[in-house]
Amino acid sequence: MSKTPAGTLYRGREGMWSWVGHRVTGVAIFFFLLVHVLDTALVRVSPEAYNVVINTYKNPIMALLEAGLVAAIVFHAFNGLRVILVDFWKKGPKYQAKLLWGVIGLWVVVMVPFLIRHLTLAFTGGH
Amino acid sequence: MAATTEIQAPRSGRIAPEYNRHGSSRGNFEMFAWLFMRVSGLVLVVLVFGHLFVNLMVGEGVHAIDFGFVAGKWADPFWQVWDLAMLWLAMLHGTNGVRTIINDYAEKDGTRFWLKAVLYAATAVIIVLGTLVIFTFDPCPPNAAADLLPSFCPAP
Repeated sequence: MSKTPAGTLYRGREGMWSWVGHRVTGVAIFFFLLVHVLDTALVRVSPEAYNVVINTYKNPIMALLEAGLVAAIVFHAFNGLRVILVDFWKKGPKYQAKLLWGVIGLWVVVMVPFLIRHLTLAFTGGH
Repeated sequence: MAATTEIQAPRSGRIAPEYNRHGSSRGNFEMFAWLFMRVSGLVLVVLVFGHLFVNLMVGEGVHAIDFGFVAGKWADPFWQVWDLAMLWLAMLHGTNGVRTIINDYAEKDGTRFWLKAVLYAATAVIIVLGTLVIFTFDPCPPNAAADLLPSFCPAP
């Protein structure tokens, strides 16, 4: 027997998918954060140790992973603001679906210039 | 099915004892956790976007990140406080999020207990380690190669 309840108010469409996206991006960002604190802690070991590890990040594959990380952070940030509006703004629940399209629109507006700048730096500039 | 679903308002704020899973000892913890997610989330939007902009978009971007770059930032109390606030808020926000997910999906009491024990242990280690690094960090460690250090370090 399926454990999934059928036909609840929340299944499918914008409300459910934004919730799924928020969970998936949140967990991904959390695990990145654990690693990020550990690698940054290497500054306390020695300048050489920190630079060696950071230099292994400076390649095209990591640049694409960084772009994915920022994409996840920007979505989680804007959808989090949407959750706050749904909870605290009187008309939030009524416009929750439209607000998700606002989140996606803002995400594109932020991600396009970010990707142009970050990928240009990563693939052409620097050392 | 043309009838529209009507959601009844809760009849009272009191939860009947048989539906209260935690007894009365937990107080308002879940309400404070819920509020903390919204308040810390709002602050983290500013802190994390500022962090990403300064580290990835300004100047040479990601190419500039090395020991000298981090040392230059943490020589300034402004960035020490910024990064400390980001560390604590992001770790507590993320830990509470993962706690919620464990509570949702781990159905056995023992599984839930151990997953959360591992989560809280990892969180404590990362917060303590990160805090110590920010406050005990020496931007000009003795015996380090001078070309790896920020320019303000005295010549050896």
